[in-house]
This record gives sequence, C-alpha cells and structure tokens, in this order.
Amino acid sequence: MAEPLWFLAKRSAAAAMICITFTDIVGNFATIQGNSMQPTLQQGHKDFISLLKGDVVFYEKISAPAYKYCRGDVVVLRSPTDPDQLMVKRLIAMQGDWVNVPGSHEIHQIPKGRCWVEGDNGNLSLDSRNFGPIPLGLVKGRVTIKVWPPHRIGRVERVLPEGQVMFTDMHSCVITRSCLECE
Amino acid sequence: MSQWFPKLKPLGREVWERSVLLTQFLCCIHIIKEHVVEIHQVMGPSMLPTFSAVGDVLLVERLSTKFQRIKQGDVVMALSPENPRLIVCKRVLGLEGENLVVMPTHGSGRVQHIKVPKGHVWLQGDNLSNSTDSRHYGPVPYGLLRGKVFLRVWPPGGWTRF
Repeated sequence: MAEPLWFLAKRSAAAAMICITFTDIVGNFATIQGNSMQPTLQQGHKDFISLLKGDVVFYEKISAPAYKYCRGDVVVLRSPTDPDQLMVKRLIAMQGDWVNVPGSHEIHQIPKGRCWVEGDNGNLSLDSRNFGPIPLGLVKGRVTIKVWPPHRIGRVERVLPEGQVMFTDMHSCVITRSCLECE
Repeated sequence: MSQWFPKLKPLGREVWERSVLLTQFLCCIHIIKEHVVEIHQVMGPSMLPTFSAVGDVLLVERLSTKFQRIKQGDVVMALSPENPRLIVCKRVLGLEGENLVVMPTHGSGRVQHIKVPKGHVWLQGDNLSNSTDSRHYGPVPYGLLRGKVFLRVWPPGGWTRF
C-alpha cells in the first residue's frame, strides 16, 4: 500500500529539485502585471479570467552571473523600493553612459556598477526616472520571448530609444553616439 | 561487432541511471547552497577585528534575507552596488525608515544625518577607517543582500556565533 506512494514521493521530490535548479540557473516564466511596458508587453488583470489574457514571458538567467546585458534589453529586476517585487523594464544605459533625464535639460552620468532602466510606456512607468540609477546586481534575468497569449508569441527585441543615451568611447574619452554594444 | 551489442544495453542503462543520480545530487547541492546555507571565505580588512583580514571561513544562511528577517547589527553578505560580481561582507547599521547619524571617517569630515530610504539598508564595515561601504556608495537596496553570517568555522579555535 505504501510502496507506490513512496515511489511517487521520491519521484516528485526529484522532479521538484530539478525544476527549482532549472528556474534558478536557466530561466523562469513571469506573468506581466502592470502597463509600464506597453505596447511591448501587456498586463493581465487580477481576476483569473483576465489573467489569462495577460502576457507570459520567459526570462533567461544564463547571462545573470556574468552580467552580460546589452543596452536595449528587456530585463527582470528586483525593485529597489520593494524587495519582494520583481519589475520588468528596458535597460537603457550602463555605467559611464550619460543619460538625458526626460522632461528636463539635465544629463547625468551613470555611476560605477549601476544602470538606468525605463518602461516602454513612459507615462505609467515607475523606473529610473523616479528612483535614479540602480545597481546592476538587482537585475535578475533577460526577457527573451513571449509565450502567451498565442497571437502574441514572439521574441522580445532589443531596442534602444533614439536620442536618449550618449555612450562614452573608451579609447578616446569622447562622448559619441554609437550602435548597440554589449558590455 | 555483433557480439558487443548485447553487452551495451545494460551498460547504457547503468550509465543513464548513474547520470540521473548524479544530476539529482548536484541539484540537491545547488538548492542547499542557494536557498539554505552557504560557505564563504572573507578576505580584506574591512571587518577587523570581527573577522581577520586573511580568510576566515563563515557559514552564511540564505533564509533570513529571503524572508526579510534581517535586523540591525546583523553581519550580511551582499552584492556590491559598485561591482555586481563582488560579494562584500558588512554589518547592517540601519534598516529602512530609520534615522542614522554617521560619524566622519577622517577628522575633518562632517557628521551626516541619514534617513534610510524604503527598501534599502545601511551597511558599514566594523573597521571604519578601512572599509568601503554605505558611507561611499549610499544606502544599499535590500535586493542585493544574499545572506546572514551566523557562524565562523575557520580558524578552528575561533568558532563563534553571530
């Protein structure tokens, strides 16, 4: 009587361990709540039926240990104001870049080890324009594909908004505009 | 060639079973290291005299930071805000919402009054004159904390609970 139960328990434990290791190392799925990344990503609402209409994305964590992110990637990060919450934003600038603060004429240089993130829907997004540059260590993964709903399945592309970031050319210390480059 | 094939099948099965067992073992190690307890060796003078500069080995538990049970005075491991590939060991001096008075590092510095913002902690090394910490890089987001130090296991004469 107990034999099949024990077998099932062992198999479940083994499967759970492999799943947890996979979601820690390779990547995980996330449902989008919030409109800050519209139109790229759409939210589902709180009740169950509407939740099925929201986007579900897969984010990979393989780039996470080496922090090999590129400007323009959509990333998953831990919120600097609420450590329990994960946010999905676009990575706009890395350390050393000069960022044009929208809505004013100031430009700021991103300090060492930090980055600047913004939501695609500027009006509704709580991001670096509110809480400033964030440490790169808060970034937990890169969103690669949308897996749900079926008519929105596809890659999430790396896009850099025009005219906002100026990059430092490492060799000549001249601020230039250049095409997308990974760190 | 044909005489080898009957021997390959049980061999293949054994290789498969051993691989599955090895995978499960490695997953188990990973889960313990990532979610329960980890071993760390700390180098550097920033936590003198609590930890020596030449490599005390500490046990770091990963549960307190996940469930937000870090208190003032705890020694924690965290990702450095200035370099995410570096793990630093510091003491928590202030939690979110608290008001702190930070003494100057050098004689001529000013006393700072800091209110720790929401979602952040204030970290300082015990060796105030030789530690790069929140006095340099500001309050640290809670999401960068990795774990709480609770036991020193090396050097052997110095087993200490924190």
